[in-house]
Amino acid sequence: MNAIDLAEASNVAVYATMVTLTFAMVAFAVSFAAARSVDVPVGVSSSKQQFGSSVLVADQPDAGSSPFEQGRRAANIGMSLTWLSSVLLLIGVTLRGMWAGRVPWGNMYEFSITSALGVLGVFLIWSIKRDLRWLGLFVVIPTLLTLGLSVTVLYTEAAQLVPALKSYWLIIHVSAAIVCAGAFTVAASTAGLAIARTRGENKGTADKGLLRNFPSAERLQVLTYRLVAFSFPLWTFSVIAGAIWAENAWGRYWGWDPKETWAFITWVVYAGYLHARSTAGWRGDRASWIAILGLVTFLINYFGVNMFVNSLHSYAGV
Amino acid sequence: MSTQFADDARETTTTTDPAPSLPPLSTAGFGRWMWRQFTSMRTALILLFLLAFVSIPGSILPQRGTNPVLVEQWIDDAPTWGPLLDSWGFFDVYAAPWFAAVYLLLFISLIGCVLPRIGQHWKTMRTPPPVAPRHLGRMPEFDQFTVEVAPGEVLDSAQEYLSSRRWRVRRSAPDEGMWLSAEKGYLRETGNLVFHLALVGVLIAIAVGGLFGWRGNVIVKEGSGFSNTLTQYDAWGGGRLSGPENLPPFAFTLEDFRVEFDRSEAQLGSPRLFEADVALQREPGGEVTSERIEVNYPISIAGAKVFLVGHGYAPVFTVTDAQGRVVLDDSVVFLPQDGNFTSTGVIKIPDAVPPIGMQGLFLPTTALDEVRGPFSIFPEADDPSVFLSAWTGDLGLDSGVPQSIYTIETENMEQLGLRAIIPGQTWDLPEGAGTVGLEGYTRWASFQIAFDPGKEPALFFSVLSILGLLASLFIRRRRVWVRVKTSENGTTLVEVAGLARTEAGELPVEVAGLATELKGRT
Repeated sequence: MNAIDLAEASNVAVYATMVTLTFAMVAFAVSFAAARSVDVPVGVSSSKQQFGSSVLVADQPDAGSSPFEQGRRAANIGMSLTWLSSVLLLIGVTLRGMWAGRVPWGNMYEFSITSALGVLGVFLIWSIKRDLRWLGLFVVIPTLLTLGLSVTVLYTEAAQLVPALKSYWLIIHVSAAIVCAGAFTVAASTAGLAIARTRGENKGTADKGLLRNFPSAERLQVLTYRLVAFSFPLWTFSVIAGAIWAENAWGRYWGWDPKETWAFITWVVYAGYLHARSTAGWRGDRASWIAILGLVTFLINYFGVNMFVNSLHSYAGV
Repeated sequence: MSTQFADDARETTTTTDPAPSLPPLSTAGFGRWMWRQFTSMRTALILLFLLAFVSIPGSILPQRGTNPVLVEQWIDDAPTWGPLLDSWGFFDVYAAPWFAAVYLLLFISLIGCVLPRIGQHWKTMRTPPPVAPRHLGRMPEFDQFTVEVAPGEVLDSAQEYLSSRRWRVRRSAPDEGMWLSAEKGYLRETGNLVFHLALVGVLIAIAVGGLFGWRGNVIVKEGSGFSNTLTQYDAWGGGRLSGPENLPPFAFTLEDFRVEFDRSEAQLGSPRLFEADVALQREPGGEVTSERIEVNYPISIAGAKVFLVGHGYAPVFTVTDAQGRVVLDDSVVFLPQDGNFTSTGVIKIPDAVPPIGMQGLFLPTTALDEVRGPFSIFPEADDPSVFLSAWTGDLGLDSGVPQSIYTIETENMEQLGLRAIIPGQTWDLPEGAGTVGLEGYTRWASFQIAFDPGKEPALFFSVLSILGLLASLFIRRRRVWVRVKTSENGTTLVEVAGLARTEAGELPVEVAGLATELKGRT
C-alpha cells in the first residue's frame, strides 16, 4: 500500500467512525426515549430509588417488562456501535501513524482523533466492569464533537515531526495526557449528570422523565471521584514527564510557558476536587462543578493555548 | 460506621470544625482559633483555587522571563495600562510578590495541616487495633461456621494467616473472651502525608535551583569557539549563591552545523533537523573530543548542560574604506525575524576612514513584493542576497552609552545609499566611501548553558509525590475480626467479619479468604 492509500484509508476510517458513532448516539437517545414512555408505578420506583434505580441497569427485577426491554435493546445496540466505532477509530489512528511513519501525535488533528479514541477507550474498558449504558450518550456526544472539529477545523496533512518533538518522551508524555483527556471527559459527564440528579432528587422529580435513567446523585459522585482518582496521578505523571522532556529540549524543567501554566492550573483544580471530596459542604454539587471546571481548564490548554497563544508548545499545524 | 474509625474520621472532622463559631476572647485563644481556620481544609481549598486563578495572567500577557521584547512592545502599545500592569508585576507574574504570597500561604497551611497529622498517624500506627465489636453479624462483611478445632487453635491459625499477609493483629486478653482484631491499610495515610511533604520537597528543590543555579546564552558561529567564562556570554543570569566566578572551565568549537527543512507543500519550511558538531575540551589542557548536540540531546559537562536552542545565518563581508584598506573580512551574525529566516543585522566599522555603518537584511531565499518589500520565502539558502543601507558619520560608539551590537544609531549619520547584492558581488559605496563585498554566508548556532542543582532533587520529590498519591488514593484502611466460642455440641463456632472505611474494595475477598482458611483447618 503506498502512502496516499494509507492516508485516504485513515481518513475513511475516521469518517466511518463518525457515522457509526452517530448511529450509536441515536441508539442511546432512543433507549432513553423508550424508557421514558413507560409509566412506573410510584411505589415500585421509589422503593428502588435509594439503590440508584436505573431502567438500564440489568439486575433490576422489573427489567423484563417489554418497554424497558425495548429501551435496553436500543442501549445495547448503542454499546455495540460504540465498540465498533472505537475499532474503526483505532484503525484510523494506526493508519495515520503508519502513513507518517511515527506516533500519530504530531499535530492537533492527530492528537484530537487519538484523544477521541482515549475517551471511547476509558469508557469502554470501564464498561466491561460495570453497566454504563446510561452514560453512553454523554460519552458519544463529546467524542463526536471532537471528531467533527478534527476533520473540519484541525485537519492537517501528515508530515514529519519538527526536531523538538523527536523524542521518546513524546510517546510517554503524550500517551499519558491522552488517557487523562479521556478520563477527564468521562468524569465531567458523570459530574454533570450528578448535578442534574441532585437537582431532580431535591425537587422530587428524579424518578420522572430522563433523570430516571441514571444512578443516584451519590453514586454518580462516587463514579466521578473514581475517575479523577485514576486520572489525577496519571496527570501528575504526564506533567512530570513533560518537565523531564522540557529539561532535555529547552534546558529547564519548568518555565511557565502557557502550556505548562495551564497544565499546572488543571492539576491544581483537580487537586482542589480531591480536597473538596473530603471537605464537609463541598462533597456534592460543588465538587462536581470543580470536576467540570477541571475539564474546562484542560480544554483551554488544548485549544486556547495551541491556537491563540504564543507558546513553545504551538505545534498545532492548523 | 464512622465511629468505628474515629481516628480516621479526623480527616473530615477537622474540616467540619465550626467555622461560624465565635473565637475565644483571649489573645492566645484567638491565635489558636486563627491557626485552626488557616490550616483547615476549607482554607486549603480556597488557596488552591486562588493559586490557579493568579497563574492565569502569566499565560495571557507576555512575560519578561520568556519574551522581554514582546513585553516592551506591549507596554509601548498600551501607554495607560502597560506601565500600570508592569508596576504590579503582571509581566513577571511568577516572580511577583502577590503570586509568591499565595503559594507560600498555601504551603504554610499545608505544613500546618500535615505536621500534626504526622504525630497522630505515628500514634495510630503504634496503637494496637481496637477491641472486636460484640455483634459481628452487623458488619457489612460477615460469615459464620463451625469447625472441629479448639477455639484457641482457630485464633492461632487466623493470627498466623493475617500476620503473614501483613495485617496488624491484636488477640484478646484472657478475661476478654476469645477474639482477634486486625487492621490493615495504614499506608493510605502514610502515602497522603508523603505526598504533601514531597510537594514541600519540590518547592525547596526549586528554591535551591534558583539560588545556586545559573543559565546563559551564547551565539557561536561555525568555525568559532566558546569558552565558559562570564564575558563570553551574550546573556547570563544566576541565583544569589551561584558563584559566577566558578563556572566549569570547559571550551568548545562549533565545527559544523546542519539544518534541514521540509520542502513538501503541506509543511513547507518546517524544520526537520538541527545538528551541531562540536570539538569539546572538558577542562583546560584536556583531551579534545568530538560531540554532537541536537535538540532534545544536550551534552553534560561538570553538572552543566549545553543545549542547542537556535540558529541563523552569518553573511560573510569584505569591506574596504576610502583609502582601500580592508577594514572587515569576516562573517557577521544576523538574527532571524521570521520562520523563513528573513534576518537583520548591522555592520559597524568606526575605524574606517570615513567611519562606516550598515544596516542589512539577509534573505536566504529572496523574494520581493510591493507591500512587504524584500523578504525570504524559504529558510534554506537557495537564493541568498543581502539588502544593505550604508551610512557614514558618527556611530556614537565613543559616547560611553552602551549599544547593542544588533542596532545602529543613525541620528548623527548621513545615508550613503541602498543596494542589494548577492554572493560574489561588490558594491562601490557612493562618494568613494569604500566597497562592500558579499563573499557568501556561514551559519551560527545559539546555545543555552544551564546549571540547576535543584533538578535532581525536584525529580526525586516529584516521583515520591506520585508514589504517595497512589498509596493515598488506592489503599483502603480496613479491619477484620474473628470471634470464636465453643457451642453446645462441643464444636467451635467461628464468626468472621470485616469493615472498610471508604469502600469495600478487596475486603470481601479478603474476609472470604480468611474464612476459607479457617474452614480448611477442620
